[in-house]
Amino acid sequence: MKRMSWFFTLLSLLVVACGSEIETESKLTYVPNDSGMATELPVASSVSPEGEPLDINYGGCGAAEQPEAIVSLSPTATEMLYAVGAGPQVAAVDNFSYWPPEAPVIEDLQGWNPNVEAIAGLQPDLVILSDFGIQEELELLGIPVHVAEAVTELEDVYDQMYEIGEITCQRPGAAAAVSKMSTAITALVESAGGRGEGLTYYHELDDTLYSIDSSTFIGDVYSLVGLVNIADAADSEGTSWEYPQLTTEFVIQANPDLVFFADAQCCAQSVETISARPGWSEMEAIKKGNIFEVDSDISSRWGPRLVDFLQIVVAAIATVTGN
Amino acid sequence: MRLLRDGSRDASTFSDNLRVSEYLIGFAAIIAAAGAALLTGPAGIEKTGVLAELLDQVPFVSIDSGLSSIQKNILWQIRLPRVVLGALVGATLAVSGASYQAVFRNPLADPYLLGAAAGAGLGATVAIVTGSGDGIGTFDLVPLLAFVGALIAVALTYSLGYSSGTQRSPAALLLAGVAVASFLTAIQTFIQQQNVDTIRQVYSWILGRLTTASWDEVSLLAPYALVSTLLILVYRRALDVMRLGDVEASSVGIRPQLVRLVVICAASLGTAAAVAVSGLIAFVGLIVPHTVRLLAGASNRIVLPLSILFGAAFLVLVDLLGRSLASPAEIPLGVITAFCGAPFFVVLLRSSKRTLG
Repeated sequence: MKRMSWFFTLLSLLVVACGSEIETESKLTYVPNDSGMATELPVASSVSPEGEPLDINYGGCGAAEQPEAIVSLSPTATEMLYAVGAGPQVAAVDNFSYWPPEAPVIEDLQGWNPNVEAIAGLQPDLVILSDFGIQEELELLGIPVHVAEAVTELEDVYDQMYEIGEITCQRPGAAAAVSKMSTAITALVESAGGRGEGLTYYHELDDTLYSIDSSTFIGDVYSLVGLVNIADAADSEGTSWEYPQLTTEFVIQANPDLVFFADAQCCAQSVETISARPGWSEMEAIKKGNIFEVDSDISSRWGPRLVDFLQIVVAAIATVTGN
Repeated sequence: MRLLRDGSRDASTFSDNLRVSEYLIGFAAIIAAAGAALLTGPAGIEKTGVLAELLDQVPFVSIDSGLSSIQKNILWQIRLPRVVLGALVGATLAVSGASYQAVFRNPLADPYLLGAAAGAGLGATVAIVTGSGDGIGTFDLVPLLAFVGALIAVALTYSLGYSSGTQRSPAALLLAGVAVASFLTAIQTFIQQQNVDTIRQVYSWILGRLTTASWDEVSLLAPYALVSTLLILVYRRALDVMRLGDVEASSVGIRPQLVRLVVICAASLGTAAAVAVSGLIAFVGLIVPHTVRLLAGASNRIVLPLSILFGAAFLVLVDLLGRSLASPAEIPLGVITAFCGAPFFVVLLRSSKRTLG
């Protein structure tokens, strides 16, 4: 049986590898609800107030159509809901939606392994998912679904926040949240003042050296201030690993100027444990103490708190460049 | 024992002298694999520099390798322990596989089919899940629980397979192994699903890796590998005699039940320790012993020691592929061994069907 699972693991790896491109293409595009049940939903209009056709079925946003019992199974979407001002409309969020603290977490609600019946039992009038896994099942039950998949760049984060504002009837809130976020990011990038330009960095996801390359939204944040990712070498042939596992000797030889580690929570890593790894003490970043902890909840969610993430990066650059 | 030696002086042993050449090939394979692995890496250290640095270690030889201290570090702290650990893991898995096949008199037996790996996987998952976060004990718990899990799984398979009422048929044992493995895998998957935050760690462990190999892991595995391998080698002649049947073995003073128990425990010990440091690396325990059998005959006296040599060389080479094919990214070892091993396994299955008939 173990052996069988090998094949499936291998197979799923291949599928993931081959499918990643397709997924990025379809990301963020809301898939119109075309099941029979869905057409019976109270859809007031499919045209926005500006007269542009919406590809979302929740147009109108009169008092009757505003979703009031939203269930979010995506921690990032939860953060976005509160950022756009739809917090009071949220009925329940999954067990990993730690932020914001007031979000009504239901421990049994798993975004990873969702149970359609349990979700339906909450009688939501809108469910937000981070993948298409149970979209069809929920829609068969007549529950409107919005999918907000993981993004690859910052612009997509803004688009996703607008979308969430749109479907929750919080369009002004979304515009305000996006402008607040982009203003903060611009200010941070300006404060870095190009000092990060050309500095190399290594971002560690776990203690087996899984990392990220620049094509991810995490890499995009670093690119904003000009940092260069050492893991991009893993993608030199355009094979797009996105989250490659690096070879130890490569990381040491690449000798990055900055080391960011996001595995304090998962893998009990710290400045001490990383510095104590065999061979790592020779790295300039370790010698000079240019090693920085990143809260993985902040850096692994493509939501409004990316500002906090960028703040850590900018502060790190300031430390490294000495001003 | 003298009787034993005389008794087994059959066609396979008249050429004992020829064995020397096979051992030589085995050692040559290890040296070639280790050499290639030490010379290759994404850090792009000059090959002549590496050679000079290695020669420099020979007593009374002093060569300036011209390597920077960071490069020396990479060679001695990263590449070498990885090669040594790969060799130890490969040797242990291969000899364990060979001895499982001998004990169960079943060409398809390996640590994976008997559930040992699934048990170790469950143990390691429990250790990772409970040990992560607080930062203490993870390193010690993983191998310990993997070991306990492997032993429990093999014991379960063994007792289930032999309590099925049928004669000691290989089929009953294999089916028991499948049942135990899937049962334990189910528990492991359940625990994993309940602890999504550690899923990448568990997943990366399951696929097998030597990414984080260091001398710590080497010193952790070495004692287990040594004890397990020595125990297995001590009984290699007894295992040969037992191929004739338990009654025949008893008649020359061998206690088959005891030999079986010791060898299974030793092989499970080795497997568990190897799996604990490297994760699940499939098929090594199958490919290597069977290739050795094809080359050198079926006698355990030759298959077991040669499996050690070729197992070591094989895994060092596989690991070299794993870190070179997508350099500087890693491909999990289990993917590569299974990729080579699955077709091999099919061929094996077909030919063994013919002989088991």
